Amino acid sequence: MSQFSTFQISGTSVEVWRAGKGQPLLFLHSGEGVEPALPVLESLSSRYDVIAPSHPGFGGSDLPDHFSTVDDLAYFYLDLIKHFELENIVLVGSSLGGWIAASMAIKSSGSFSALVLIDTIGAKFLDESTREITDLFSIPQYNQSQTIYADERKIDYSDWPEETLIRLARNHRSFTLLAWSPTLHDPKLRHRLARIDLPTLVIWGAKDRVVSLDYGRRFAEAIPGARFTVIDHAGHYPHVEASEPFEAALDEFMATLAE
Amino acid sequence: MQTWYFSEQSYHPAWNQRQGDVRITSASDAIDPETAHRLLTRYIDEWVAADELGLNIMVNEHHATYTCMSVSCMLTLGILANRTKNARLLALGVPLLNRFDPFRMAEEIAYVDCMSGGRLEVGLIKGTPFELYLSNANPADAMRRYWEAHDLVEKALSHHSGPFSWEGEYFDYRYVNVIPRCYQQPHPPMWLTTLSSNTAREAGRRGLVLAITASAPAARMAYPIYREEYLKTFGRPAELDRFAFLGYVGIGKDRETGLARGQKVLKFVEATERTDQSFINPPGILSDTDNARILRAGKTTSHRTKILPDGRPMSDRPVAEEYVQNSVMFAGSPDDIVQQLRTFYDSCGGFGHFLMQMGGELTAQETIDSLELFAREVQPRLQEFTAGHAAAA
Repeated sequence: MSQFSTFQISGTSVEVWRAGKGQPLLFLHSGEGVEPALPVLESLSSRYDVIAPSHPGFGGSDLPDHFSTVDDLAYFYLDLIKHFELENIVLVGSSLGGWIAASMAIKSSGSFSALVLIDTIGAKFLDESTREITDLFSIPQYNQSQTIYADERKIDYSDWPEETLIRLARNHRSFTLLAWSPTLHDPKLRHRLARIDLPTLVIWGAKDRVVSLDYGRRFAEAIPGARFTVIDHAGHYPHVEASEPFEAALDEFMATLAE
Repeated sequence: MQTWYFSEQSYHPAWNQRQGDVRITSASDAIDPETAHRLLTRYIDEWVAADELGLNIMVNEHHATYTCMSVSCMLTLGILANRTKNARLLALGVPLLNRFDPFRMAEEIAYVDCMSGGRLEVGLIKGTPFELYLSNANPADAMRRYWEAHDLVEKALSHHSGPFSWEGEYFDYRYVNVIPRCYQQPHPPMWLTTLSSNTAREAGRRGLVLAITASAPAARMAYPIYREEYLKTFGRPAELDRFAFLGYVGIGKDRETGLARGQKVLKFVEATERTDQSFINPPGILSDTDNARILRAGKTTSHRTKILPDGRPMSDRPVAEEYVQNSVMFAGSPDDIVQQLRTFYDSCGGFGHFLMQMGGELTAQETIDSLELFAREVQPRLQEFTAGHAAAA
C-alpha cells in the first residue's frame, strides 16, 4: 500500500497509486476497484509512469454529493490530468474504467497519445430486448469472481480483513450508483465513439462472460481505426488472468505508434 | 385499538403447482385467467365483509409474483372506496422508490380520498428491495430519492392555490397541480413502515404513523426511538394511534381450529421464502458494514428471524406455534388471541393499530368465519387494552 497517496483534486480527496518512470500511463479500474490490477501495474511500472487512481467513491477516494454518472468521473479525470500536468498519456481502462476512458476520449483527446480499452462496458449496439452486458448487479458480490474470470474461480472472503471487505462493499455500491440504469451502459456512448481520434487498441479476453467477443468487435468497429486483439485463456480481466500476453499486446501496439 | 384486515391477494394455486421461485423470474403462464378473476373478486368481497363487520381495511402491492396479485394499492382502493361504507382504507403502501412519478401518486391518493369521502390513509413506503430489479430504480441513492419523492407528494397534496414548480435532484415538474384535492385536509394520515432505527427516528420527527410488520424485536426497538424523537419534536408524548403492528392471524372457535387456520395463512410466508438470493439484497441498500459481513459469509439470507425466544432455531418450514412464540402470529381460540396480543402489547409499550394479515391458503368460507369471530369476540376486548393504557397514562 506504500505507493498509495492522497491528493485534493477539484475539491475531492482521491487516493492514487503511482509507480515507475517514463511515459505516463493512466489506468482506470473496473467496478471492483484497483486491487486486482496492482500486479500488472507493478510490472508496467518498469517502463511507464503508472498512475492508477481509485475512482471517486471507490477505495480511499471521496465521492462528491453531486456525482452519479460515468460522465461525472470522465470530467473529474480530465481535471486530474491537469492537476498532475500529464501529457502524452497512454489512457488505459478496464471494464467500467474503459467506459470512463472512452467517455474522456470523446470529450478531449489533446493530452493522450493512445487509448487502450480492456473488455470495456458502457455502449449498447443491439436491439432493446437483447442484453449485451451481463447484469453484474443480478449476481451477488460474493459470486462475481465466477463470472469475471475464465477459470470461474470462487473467491473465499471468509478470512479477509474487515476493512478490505468494507472497501469492496463500498466499491460495489458506488459502481451501482454509476451503472445501475441504464444497465451498465449509456445509450449515447455508441454514437459518440466515432469522435475518438486517438490510436486505439481494444483488448478482449477470449472467454469473457460479461461482454462477449462479438460485443468487443462491435465496440472496436465503432472507433475509427481501432485495433482489436484477443487474449486467449482469459475472461473479463485479461490483464489480471493473462498478464504476460496482455503486456505483450500492449507493447506491440505501443511499438507500432513509435514507428 | 383499530384492527385492519389485510391479505395479499395471492394467486396461491401457482405456488403449489410450480417448483422454484415465486417472484421476478416466475412465469405468468402459471396463472389461469378465470381462476385469477374468481380470486380477485373473492378478495374484494372479503374486504366488503370486513367493512360490514366494523373492521378497517389494509391493502398493499407487489410486482411479478404469485404471492400478491395487487399491482397498485390505489387500484384496489379505488374499487373498495366505492364498495365499502365505513371502513378506513389503508394503503401500506405506495412504494415510492419503485415509482417515478410522485405527482401521479399524489393525484391517485387525492382521487381515492375523494371517492371514499375521506376514509383513506396512506403509507408512502420505500418498497421491497428485490422489486428494485423490476422498477430499475437505483438502490445506491434510494433514500435520497425516497425523501425527495415523499416531500413532493406531501406538498402536492397540501398545495391548493394553483400549481407550483419542482426542480429537484430527482424529479422535475413545470406545474404540479392536483385536482381534485383531498377530501381530508390537508391530506390523509400518513404512515411509514421500517425495520431500521434511523427511519423510525425520522418518522417520529415527522409524526408519521409508524408501522412495524411481522417483527416483534423491531417493534420493541423502533417504538421507543419513535417516542423519544416525537416527544423531542412536538413537546408531548406520542399517542397510541402513532403506532401500528402487523401480525398474522389464525382464528377458530377453538385452539386447534385456530392453529390449523394459522398454518394455512403461513403457506404464504413459506411461498415468499422462495426468492432467488440474487435479488434479496440489491447493492447499496444495506450498509457497507452489513455487506462486508455478507461477503464474508458468502451467502444472503432473508431478514426473517430464525430463532425462537429461548434461542432454539425455528423449523425450516413455518410452524404456527413457533410464529406465536415469536409474536409474529396470533393464533388459536379468541381467548388465546386476546391473551397473546395482550402479552405482546405490554412488551412493546402499546400500539393503536393492529394490522391483521390472513390470506395464504384459507378458503373464502374460512376467511369470512375468521373475520366474524374476530370482530365479535376479539375486537371489543382490544378496546380494553387502549382504554387501560389511556387510564394508566
